[in-house]
Amino acid sequence: MPRRRDEMVPDAEFRSYYGQPVIKQPLWHEPHMPAYLYLGGLSGAAGAMAAAARLTGRDRLELAARMAAFAGAGVGTVFLVAELGRPMRFLNMLRVFKLTSPMSVGSWTLAAHSGLTGVAAGSAVTGLLPLAGDAASVASGLSGMAMATYTAVLLADTAVPAWHEGMRELPFLFAGSALASAGAAVMLTTPRALAGPARTAAAAGAMAEIVAGGLLEHRLGLVGEPYRTGRAGRLMRASRVLTLGGGLLATVARRSRALTALSAMAITAGALCTRFGVLEAGRASARDPKYTVVPQRDRLDAGRPASVPGR
Amino acid sequence: MAERVGFFTDTTVCIGCKACEVACKEWNDVPDDGFVFRATSYDNTGALGASTWRHVAFVEQDGRWLMSSDVCKHCTHAACLDVCPTGALFRTEFDTVVVQPDVCNGCGYCVPACPYGVIDRRQDDGRAWKCTLCYDRLRGGMEPACAKACPTKSIQFGPLDELRQRAEERVERLHAEGTTEARLYGADPDNGVGGTGAFFLLLDEPETYGLPPDPVVTTRDLPAMWRWAGGAALALAAGVAVSFLRRA
Ligand code: SF4
Ligand code: SF4
Repeated sequence: MPRRRDEMVPDAEFRSYYGQPVIKQPLWHEPHMPAYLYLGGLSGAAGAMAAAARLTGRDRLELAARMAAFAGAGVGTVFLVAELGRPMRFLNMLRVFKLTSPMSVGSWTLAAHSGLTGVAAGSAVTGLLPLAGDAASVASGLSGMAMATYTAVLLADTAVPAWHEGMRELPFLFAGSALASAGAAVMLTTPRALAGPARTAAAAGAMAEIVAGGLLEHRLGLVGEPYRTGRAGRLMRASRVLTLGGGLLATVARRSRALTALSAMAITAGALCTRFGVLEAGRASARDPKYTVVPQRDRLDAGRPASVPGR
Repeated sequence: MAERVGFFTDTTVCIGCKACEVACKEWNDVPDDGFVFRATSYDNTGALGASTWRHVAFVEQDGRWLMSSDVCKHCTHAACLDVCPTGALFRTEFDTVVVQPDVCNGCGYCVPACPYGVIDRRQDDGRAWKCTLCYDRLRGGMEPACAKACPTKSIQFGPLDELRQRAEERVERLHAEGTTEARLYGADPDNGVGGTGAFFLLLDEPETYGLPPDPVVTTRDLPAMWRWAGGAALALAAGVAVSFLRRA
């Protein structure tokens, strides 16, 4: 009978079927899925920034935010469709609306957000229908809030231990990362004298991303191990360094174009590392039966088996 | 709605002949899942998957050999069905869980959602596949192909209530005969998936057979997940607001 002792976590003695995984690994691809997570987050937070810029009368910054929001949603959708096993059936996503499926909720959110950011960007570029453009820009602030966070629920609502148990931290990680990404994109495409709020957003988002990432890695105990080890661990560490550097640079990026570019690039690379790292941690935690079996066995041994109250 | 039906797989009488695997493939026209020698046991299918809807596990232990034919559990609270964004997965009139291949767009969400690692996507075809509990045969008043083919009645098909009662009696008898390690897996309607439509009589801990010891339907926690995401969305809004409240 295969029994295994794990060096890092002494208590993780458990039994398995020839060390095979119990659950299936997420089959989402690189770069499609992490790229979509990044772009969707960027687009969502940029929508929120466009709305704030509209409401505070910052026209030039709003233009940049509108374009970033539209580009993120547009390119992100391409990655999302390419991810499907049957891309031609993409529209089946809008066949039903299911609150129990974060992917259904997300598809409708993406459809609404793409439409709104498309109208806002189209109006800004062509000068047509300025009132509709402004209204869409403000509304994309709301759809953007959902865009930047639903993807955390998408991952957490699986049997993958590192994702499911990260249901508290993942939304804050993604929201922070989204704010940093959007701040980076907007400060890069706005004249420096007018980009103050984008720089603040980039720095604040970067700090939130680092704090939430740290909690995710350390609060989950055994199940959080995949975020700290192997390829996922390297990606999460790289993300931390890049995001910290980029966030600190953002606070002084007003001084020069080069500093702005360096900060934006570091933040963007950090946000991408976060998404690739989270996907990889999910895969690793599904691949090793330890993360599935040990917490469940502990639950049983403690006399607290799972149940589904009220259903 | 017809009566809820399911499988009771009594692993104590399984002889590992794999007639169920073959009958399933034949009837459902399931493609080849690779012909590999795994060098661990007589198991050459390895695990359930898109093209393996019955999987016979071989567990070699000191002095005994455990064999068990695994299958989709047709959960009462089925995570695969809950998370499917297209409605391709649905609950039938027999209370079983089935994918409609003409609707599935291969998003792959059901795959990591299943707490048992059952459903999977076929590489070449791009869609998700799993046991249908022979939906077509049920509609024709026949029992599923695997149960029909099983020569030892290890796989028993029938109304779930009846099966559960029969299984209880079987465990009692085994205990009386001294096989005290016999236990039911999945039969309890109060477990983390609300009880399974396909349940098992095992002779060791579930994880020994590659089964999760205490699975839970991930969507049980979905309201909490949405609440945390809502909190993060508000934090994002606050972050943006603070950034824009400056003068410059
Ligand atoms: S065992 Fe998995 S695939 Fe089968 S019904 Fe339950 S969740 Fe769905
Ligand atoms: S892969 Fe198909 S069956 Fe599975 S969740 Fe997506 S649409 Fe539904």
